[in-house]
Amino acid sequence: MKEAQANIVVPVLAVLVSLWALVAPFSALANFLLLVALGLTAYLKPSQMVRALTLAGLAVVFTVLIRESTDDKWAFYGLVGTLLSAMLLRIPAALKILIGIAILFISIPLAGFGNSLFLELGVQVAIFSALALGLNVVVGQAGLLDLGFAAFFAIGAYSWAIFGSGQANNFIAGHHFPLNPWLFFLFLPIAVVAAAFTGVLIGLPALRLRGDYLAIVTLGLGEVVRVLANNLDHPINLTNGPQGITPVGRPPVGWLINLLNGLGVDKLYGKPLDESIAYQLFFYLLALVIIAIVIMVNVRLSGSRFGRAWVAIREDEIAAKAMGIPLLPTKLLAFATGASFSGIMGAIYGAKQSFVDPTSFTLNQSIFILAMVILGGMGNIGGAVVGAAAVTLLNLDILKNFSDQLNTWRQTGFTLLGYNFANLPSQLEPAKYERFVFGLILILMMIFRPEGLIPEQRHKVEMEEARLETKEEGA
Amino acid sequence: MSLTDLLSILPQTLLQGLLLGFVYAMVALGYTMVYGVLGLINFAHSEIFMIGAVAGLEVFRYLGKSGNPFVILLLAFVVAAVVSGIVAMLIERLAYRPLRRRGGKNVLVPLITAIGVSFLLQDLVRAIEALWHNEFNMQYPSYDSFNYDIFSAIGSPLGLILARTGLIVIVVSIVMLLALNYLVNRTKLGKAIRAVAQDMSTAGLMGINADTIISRTFLIGGALAGIAGVLFGLIYTNITPYSGFQPGIKAFTAAVLGGIGNIPGAVVGGLVLGELETLGGTYLGFLTRGNFGSEYAQVLAFLILILILLFRPQGLFGQNVSEKV
Repeated sequence: MKEAQANIVVPVLAVLVSLWALVAPFSALANFLLLVALGLTAYLKPSQMVRALTLAGLAVVFTVLIRESTDDKWAFYGLVGTLLSAMLLRIPAALKILIGIAILFISIPLAGFGNSLFLELGVQVAIFSALALGLNVVVGQAGLLDLGFAAFFAIGAYSWAIFGSGQANNFIAGHHFPLNPWLFFLFLPIAVVAAAFTGVLIGLPALRLRGDYLAIVTLGLGEVVRVLANNLDHPINLTNGPQGITPVGRPPVGWLINLLNGLGVDKLYGKPLDESIAYQLFFYLLALVIIAIVIMVNVRLSGSRFGRAWVAIREDEIAAKAMGIPLLPTKLLAFATGASFSGIMGAIYGAKQSFVDPTSFTLNQSIFILAMVILGGMGNIGGAVVGAAAVTLLNLDILKNFSDQLNTWRQTGFTLLGYNFANLPSQLEPAKYERFVFGLILILMMIFRPEGLIPEQRHKVEMEEARLETKEEGA
Repeated sequence: MSLTDLLSILPQTLLQGLLLGFVYAMVALGYTMVYGVLGLINFAHSEIFMIGAVAGLEVFRYLGKSGNPFVILLLAFVVAAVVSGIVAMLIERLAYRPLRRRGGKNVLVPLITAIGVSFLLQDLVRAIEALWHNEFNMQYPSYDSFNYDIFSAIGSPLGLILARTGLIVIVVSIVMLLALNYLVNRTKLGKAIRAVAQDMSTAGLMGINADTIISRTFLIGGALAGIAGVLFGLIYTNITPYSGFQPGIKAFTAAVLGGIGNIPGAVVGGLVLGELETLGGTYLGFLTRGNFGSEYAQVLAFLILILILLFRPQGLFGQNVSEKV
């Protein structure tokens, strides 16, 4: 479609659907059409200004909808989609920043005040975005397949959990622990260093290996870390074994409650802010700050000498070596960078959950993060974030909703196409089938779109070349 | 436990290790053969092994109470081999072949696909079992005639106990390994497999259809893994859709230990790994004064893998191939 046509079609469609959705706020169809309008805004090619204004308008509509009905999932997905479209599409920079800030700091907290689940999802998406960005450095940019990435997340989580709870009293004499919860902020850089150090430690032997062997060895080392976490409750009780560590200290949020109540935010919440919503908000904001730093570091690094060296190694190791790139140090740097992103979010995750146990750091988790990077597009920073948002929402929310829906149908004996859902076996719980979903994502992406949803420019060119070559061979 | 106690259980431990080692060896062969022809670590092989165990179990579930258990076991072997072989072939056809067609040098693409297939199959089997029987934790049946100690009649040397199932594991494994050896070294198909492994495009010029041979390789490796799955079920009785992962990764380690792509190497690697794991499980606690018990035995395989890859990446029997530009 030509730009001129798109300039008319997109805003008119968005306005019409918005009006319908606002008149009938509980209509699932209207909400769905809003998402379609959002998709068309991204897919068709209107001029930058029209696109930006349409996105801004949609963001307002979604925010209003989510305030009207607090469990409107569609509106939340719409908000996330609008945010990602605004960040990734080409629109005027000032509007980009404005829309981003409005959605992140106004719309999502507003949605969270209505239903704290949305803030929880926001935190999870932010945490997994950082993990995906970390793995993206290792797999996407440097081309090193790491299947034990959850290990670094574990290092970060345990580094604060052990000292931020009474756990450390088991092996350090004198009753010094739990540490003052304000020290959490000191432990964020400590977690970065600890994870990066572990990355170097694991990388030193593993990175001498060829690509496919590296995958298996990192998988093995990831398992070793998990088994250690599971069993180091003896001879010294370091990790408290399978019971996990709880409660993990979190920094006090009294100041945040007073500040927000003073600003009049309690009117939006309906009552004075309590500790639980304040913690949700605190971790949400903290995760946003960290994500901003991580993205900045990542962008700066990928354009630097090191970033270009990573790409060179990914493309052709031998040629890169011949050009004078020191292989092992460069790869180690990629490993350490990825690990540090993961480590800092580990510490935040531990504090947020106030509970750390080995089940959060399994191979499942590593593959989960890999699926995000693959889905989004290997090597692309925006792609990693999109992948993280999509896979996290799919896993934590959509699958669970589907599961709940099936359960409701099972209990009410709903009949569809002659099949009575009361007969559905109780062991069939779609929410527990995340492996199926990740597996399917990995296979389908590899077969049909190996460059990911939002390909890195260089990957895109390569894939095109490969396609042309095979065509020529065929002809 | 005193040293004499530990020494007295040594022969029995070695025997158990041998049984486990044979199972690993049969699974390792699948990894090594596929790696030989495609240069791909077939991550999904551990699930093919698990599917064999589940298929064999279904035979017992439906026929278990009727007829001679040994006949049923024979049937279970056949069904497991057929089902696993076909699943392996289907995986190759549906997931790996489209990638091969497209070409491209990136080794990560097929490997990530293989991981995806592995994860997908685990939950697929779980879903099927949940829909079919409303449970996915499965138990192999136990028969008195299976558990009968073959040494009890003749008086056992060194206090060994060997159930009939153990004897079955040893006999079946040896028969299958000899059959595979014959197939690979003495038949036309075997020659074609070796040719494709050596150089796929040249083999094509010699009139060998590489796709067919790769498909057959998956079939053979899958059938072996399926039989190994039933043997594993006989020894360990408890099977879940997720029980393929650990033995699978150990069998892969065995294949690397023996030199990946090398068939006798996979057998030796499997036996060595089975023995090491069983010995580790029994003696690790004693050696470290109870500080690190048998729960670390599963980490042992990974540590061995890392050590081999660092110091002798070509394995015990493999040849060192330098990378060409």
